[in-house]
Amino acid sequence: MLTSVAPETSQWPKGLSTRVLMSNLLTQIAEERSDDAFQKLYSEYAPRVKTYMMQQGADAALAEELAQETLLTVWRKASQYSPDRGTAAAWIFTIARNLRIDRLRKDVRWQSLPDEQAEAIPSEAAGQDETVLIDQRRVRVQAALADLPPDQRTVVTLAYIEGLSHSEIAEKLSTPIGTIKSRMRLAYQKVRDALEDLQ
Amino acid sequence: MMTTIKHHPDAATLMSFSAGTLPEPLAAVTAAHVSMCRQCQDDVRAMEMMGGLLLQQQPVAQLDTSAPTPDADVDDIAVDADSDKVARQPCELLPSPVANYYELSEETIPWRRLGPGIWHYQLPLSDGVEGDLRLLKISAGMRMPEHGHGGSELTLVLNGAYADETGRYTRGDMQDLDDDIEHQPVADKDTGCICLIASERPAHFKGVIYRIAQYWTGM
Repeated sequence: MLTSVAPETSQWPKGLSTRVLMSNLLTQIAEERSDDAFQKLYSEYAPRVKTYMMQQGADAALAEELAQETLLTVWRKASQYSPDRGTAAAWIFTIARNLRIDRLRKDVRWQSLPDEQAEAIPSEAAGQDETVLIDQRRVRVQAALADLPPDQRTVVTLAYIEGLSHSEIAEKLSTPIGTIKSRMRLAYQKVRDALEDLQ
Repeated sequence: MMTTIKHHPDAATLMSFSAGTLPEPLAAVTAAHVSMCRQCQDDVRAMEMMGGLLLQQQPVAQLDTSAPTPDADVDDIAVDADSDKVARQPCELLPSPVANYYELSEETIPWRRLGPGIWHYQLPLSDGVEGDLRLLKISAGMRMPEHGHGGSELTLVLNGAYADETGRYTRGDMQDLDDDIEHQPVADKDTGCICLIASERPAHFKGVIYRIAQYWTGM
């Protein structure tokens, strides 16, 4: 049953089909409580979340536990995911990120999940068109990320994947903090420019 | 109804916020601003999409155990629908993330007087977290002494307004300062100002408070 997704799971960049498949799996989990869909989503994301947690300093056993917990949270909260508000990957990322802050940093977590945030100020329009728009946005963001100069790509990756703060990145790269922030600004400006006509 | 927000956090601040790497006091102020600002909510969503794409690019780790079988009955929807109703109080002075976490409202803030026309309340941070997070209330027309910054400092206006060399800040506006900037904020002459201020370093803010006290006691 896993063979249907296996050929695509280890490749990147991914096509539209995989993204649609992943958000369909989330919808199946939400609506049908489908264990089969959960297993497919698990095999796609748990190994990557485990890598993410290890990059953030967890040992292999803890990283695997946190990956399991992330995917079980996905199961519990699946009915809160709406494909017209963001990609499945972005949503799973926020769940993994929040778990990491709770468990690896033990800070107060101030970041909300996208749908909790959406409730603060309701969006004007949502529906099928929005789902298509999200996918167009994903393609643009992916292209913008792929085109980043290496120095900008490095700071973005150190922040998102290794979980380093501005000052930790500055220390690691022996570069002034102002330069680190400037690279982040430039990187996001490219993403923002790429999305400008899709707002 | 939302007021027009003119001043937003630096994109580098928002990016670290979305990556989950902004120090706790700075994250608190950023969360409060984002909860009030549609534009920054959109930016954070785009940044979380970046995070999702980067997560997908991660190499696949070997899993040592098989996938758990989730309990079909476990579903957060009922719980979250309830808690959501309690949480929404849009007319409050305090943005909902701060009001909810600290269980505070405008009436229950235990203000402490710092000097003539200046009150503060320091919000507790997690154990071992460096920095400073506090509410500051400044009377109409009060000028704060000029000060530098040790590390980043974020200021979010909750009520009234203040102005400095860089502009005028009203409710929802956030000032995002590096440590190389000096400024001299003045509270609005009619309304005064209530702000939420976070600083990356603990000693820094004590210095500012000390200088405020120094200024008003003529030391």
